[in-house]
Amino acid sequence: MSNPTHLQYTEEHEWLTAAEDGVSTVGITAHAADALGDIVYVQLPEVGETVTAGETCGELESTKSVSDLYSPATGEITEINQAVIDDPASVNSDPFGDAWLFKVRVEATDKLLTADEYDAFIKA
Amino acid sequence: MSPRLTALDALHRSLGATMTDFAGWDMPLRYGSEREEHLAVRTKAGLFDLSHMGEITVTGPQAGELLDHALVGFISALGVLRARYTMICREDGGILDDLIVYRTAETEYMVVANASNAQVVLDALTERAAGFDAEVRDDRDAYALIAVQGPEANGILASVTDADLPGLKYYALLPATVAGKEVWLARTGYTGEDGFEVFCAPADAEHLWTALTEAGAPVGLVPAGLSCRDTLRLEAGMPLYGHELSTDLTPFDAGLGRVVRFDKTTNEGEFVGRKALEAAAAQAEANPPRKLVGLVSEGKRVPRAEYAVVSTDGTPIGRITSGAPSPTLGKPIAIAYVDAAHAAPGTAVAVDVRGKHEPVEVVALPFYKRAR
Repeated sequence: MSNPTHLQYTEEHEWLTAAEDGVSTVGITAHAADALGDIVYVQLPEVGETVTAGETCGELESTKSVSDLYSPATGEITEINQAVIDDPASVNSDPFGDAWLFKVRVEATDKLLTADEYDAFIKA
Repeated sequence: MSPRLTALDALHRSLGATMTDFAGWDMPLRYGSEREEHLAVRTKAGLFDLSHMGEITVTGPQAGELLDHALVGFISALGVLRARYTMICREDGGILDDLIVYRTAETEYMVVANASNAQVVLDALTERAAGFDAEVRDDRDAYALIAVQGPEANGILASVTDADLPGLKYYALLPATVAGKEVWLARTGYTGEDGFEVFCAPADAEHLWTALTEAGAPVGLVPAGLSCRDTLRLEAGMPLYGHELSTDLTPFDAGLGRVVRFDKTTNEGEFVGRKALEAAAAQAEANPPRKLVGLVSEGKRVPRAEYAVVSTDGTPIGRITSGAPSPTLGKPIAIAYVDAAHAAPGTAVAVDVRGKHEPVEVVALPFYKRAR
């Protein structure tokens, strides 16, 4: 699956939408979902919690492993995707779409990559 | 060191497999969803490349006596064309590997070791062969190994061989012609399902894989990787070396004392590790330090290898050796060594999952047993 060009990316394999009224949507990339294998459990930050760019804010468990989820942005969580908690496998099937993870009111971000840059990063 | 490739490497890549390094081999971890591969093996059939397994041939007039001396089982008592699960231990009783031994002829046996231990087993057998009229031969490169596992395995094999499958019992083998190729066809496996393991010449592996794929496609056979092999064996309560078994443990520690045959009549009953294993047996009988048990969680977080098992008041009482989300049960399961006082099925304990104590229940192994 190619990486949508309207998103920005981190080296921790999260994607982030351009902010709308200051709020961005966050998910993990298809590359990350594929590398993890079947995802069975998703733990997300809570609404109202403040997360910090580059720091862990949740975890993703697959059949073989557990991985930390890193926030691509600093700010307050405004919404989490309950559908993903109820159906973790959706992260494998639609990582760039319905299986977004949370929305954050962005105060700051770490260095973000364009789709092309992220593509080059995962191929390196 | 670059990883070793099996004879089926190009096929795995053409199937889009996710590959993984396993004991120095580049092996298919999964082809698509490991959960779907797992469920296919439970309900239909899966096709595995197990060519990383280490085949060692022991041949000669005293091959049986040598194996009785070198292994804990009573191997010379095994009938021709029968197989046995056994172990090789150190003098101190520590487990070097668990093995399947196939008696391929009156004076010939094929010992199949785990990839990670194949060299250790080969070296130990070679050393222990001193004084016996028998030869130990490294046959790792002589065989590729393909397994067909699952309820449809019998029908799939029947469509590509004239071999007497009804006569081929569990833990038996036959020299057979499968899809036109000469193979050793064994009714063994590591999934908890009925199934076959096909030992073939590496040059025939692609042909056999393709023939089995075609024969199995109508009944839902899928290629299956090592990831689902691990969850399948975990559900079936089968130990994995490096997890449930190690040199720090004896077969009795692992609850597998039955594989140790003190009643052997060859070599005056002597075998490597006998003295230490007798002490381990007595200890296990009188005062088992820890027991291997199953754990089932009603939660979602997965207890994994090396996590601590704690009592309900938080006291450490054991450790997890293997854990995974069980596709068949739909909940996390684990195998753990726990103090005997907490080992009874139904006991409520907890697992320290990255700092949080998740409640789990002790259950008897296996988690899954197929209907026969």
